[in-house]
Amino acid sequence: MTGSLLGVRGWSAVAASTLAIVVLVPVLHLVVPPDSAFHLGEFYVGLLGKILCYAICALAMDLIWGYTGILSLGHGLFFALGGYAMGMYLMRQIGRDGQYRMDMPDFMVFLNWKEFPLAWAVSDSFVAQMLLVVLVPGLLAFVFGWFAFRSRIKGVYFSIITQALTFAAMLLFFRNETGFGGNNGFTDFKRVLGVPLNTPGMRVFLCVLSGVVLIGFFLMSRAIVNSRFGRVLQAIRDAETRVMFTGYDPVAYKLAIWTLSAMMCGVAGALYVPQVGIINPGEMSPAAGIEIAIWAAVGGRGTLIGPIVGAFFVNGAKSWFTVAFPEFWLYFLGALFIAVTLFLPNGLVGLAAQLRKRVGAR
Amino acid sequence: MTPDLMQAGAQRLAAHQQRVPAGGGRQERFRRAQAAGEPDFGNGVALYLDDVTVSFDGFKALNALSLAIDVGELRCVIGPNGAGKTTMMDCITGKTRPDSGRVFFGSNIDLLRLTEPGIAQAGIGRKFQKPTVYEQLSVFQNLELALRDDRRVRATLLARLSPAQRERIDEVLQLIHLKDEAGRTAGLLSHGQKQWLEIGMLLVQDPKLLLLDEPVAGMTDEETERTAELFLSLEGKHSLVVVEHDMKFVDQLTRGRKKVTVLHEGRVLAEGTLSQVQNDEKVVEVYLGR
Repeated sequence: MTGSLLGVRGWSAVAASTLAIVVLVPVLHLVVPPDSAFHLGEFYVGLLGKILCYAICALAMDLIWGYTGILSLGHGLFFALGGYAMGMYLMRQIGRDGQYRMDMPDFMVFLNWKEFPLAWAVSDSFVAQMLLVVLVPGLLAFVFGWFAFRSRIKGVYFSIITQALTFAAMLLFFRNETGFGGNNGFTDFKRVLGVPLNTPGMRVFLCVLSGVVLIGFFLMSRAIVNSRFGRVLQAIRDAETRVMFTGYDPVAYKLAIWTLSAMMCGVAGALYVPQVGIINPGEMSPAAGIEIAIWAAVGGRGTLIGPIVGAFFVNGAKSWFTVAFPEFWLYFLGALFIAVTLFLPNGLVGLAAQLRKRVGAR
Repeated sequence: MTPDLMQAGAQRLAAHQQRVPAGGGRQERFRRAQAAGEPDFGNGVALYLDDVTVSFDGFKALNALSLAIDVGELRCVIGPNGAGKTTMMDCITGKTRPDSGRVFFGSNIDLLRLTEPGIAQAGIGRKFQKPTVYEQLSVFQNLELALRDDRRVRATLLARLSPAQRERIDEVLQLIHLKDEAGRTAGLLSHGQKQWLEIGMLLVQDPKLLLLDEPVAGMTDEETERTAELFLSLEGKHSLVVVEHDMKFVDQLTRGRKKVTVLHEGRVLAEGTLSQVQNDEKVVEVYLGR
């Protein structure tokens, strides 16, 4: 049954969060004086921006895992690829302000390279590089997915090969010869489109942009899962053979949502890099991909709001824990994951419904 | 390529196009049917298996099986466990590729060249032994997905139910006695209701040939009887192949007149009315042991 995109409550929530991001964050950071109790500090703007990017990843993960039943451990790779595409442009924007005062990025000067590698061909064009942000993860996902889905690789086998792919890419990016700065990656960004990055205005702008993109992706995902296409995805999750014998080709459906999901992660990576000021192969580590899955699981798979809640909850907890009890964070994360798996099959979002049921049963 | 060669080619092409009759002709009819993906039932046969062999690690699940189902026929297939009934269904629907033999849908569609979704789109619907529905979706949504419609990704992104389609779903909901459960999550239905839902999904798919693997397993007597009535009402409009263990149900379906096929060790052991095959010495031997 095709209803409207959201109910009244849903639209109000979207409107409220849009307002909070677009108005409240800039006002609290830029207008409210720093000595006021209501001032939102630089650290928190940065943290919020970062978590918003993570939430985009969690949302993308939910489309492929929560709705289609395919657990990807390779989303860290797509995120990093989007980040690298953005990083390349930012490196070119440094211009002659690097340590060596040369036209080429410092690491290339250091390696005594005289000209840009092929991958850098369009790196000085903002538009072209922004296209690569979605095209590179999208193309990789499409080619990889085409082979994997056509060969009917499913379940844990698919998860493992996505992880292997991520790991292989990380090793590749660690090498200096690959042309992406080796293990140091890219950093020391100065400006984007000629505008300096390290200003309060730019910080707020990037944070707000991440929020707006997240809300846009949320509405898009909502439209997708509410369409018949979205119901075919859920049908694939529940009974793939039935889907096939009903005449749908699951390969096409999986490929479509898988590629889209990868592209969303690429966008998240591109928003993330200018905010944290660095991208290196560490973002492709297998642990990074697993964390995205944890956000989605903790928040609640198969609901679109769940993964966003999960990304905020886990990363909020992380930033508090790593200050208060730095050595216990990983234990806490592990315990959280176990607890959610055992007691909250529907995640934090499902908790409310679970409680209501329990109260109702009494 | 030189210009004169190209010209010669163009002339040959034009001459060939003239030879192909515009209106009819066996070849042209065949080609049109092929292009449309429609089975040609001109010779009265809906499904034709010829000399089909499937072996798993040397065990012949199907051993040179040949079988023909007429258009509009309701055929019951019985046989002891391991006789190859489910393997036969797997071969028809593309799940298993035979080692040798031919499987044709109508006189023109070679099922061995199609994928599972392709076979379903050509007009063959299958019901599994264990009821398989989309547990997290509502009963209505289960039927909506099965509805005969464009199955391509882009089409499903924008698909809206037309009033006629909605009506069709309502009609089937009535038929399978799930009208009041339309909004319910399919996973919450009883076993018998899930069987009915899956049958309903087949109906909205509007296949020309229905393959039903033990459709009344786990149903009450009353539900079984209603299912028999439903299948009998489909006879003539669709071709049906029913694999069943329940002899009472087979009797209800065939009413002592229709043909029953007995499979044993991957081939046809006997064919005839239910009472004929039940009195067949070979069949008795197989079922009761020698």
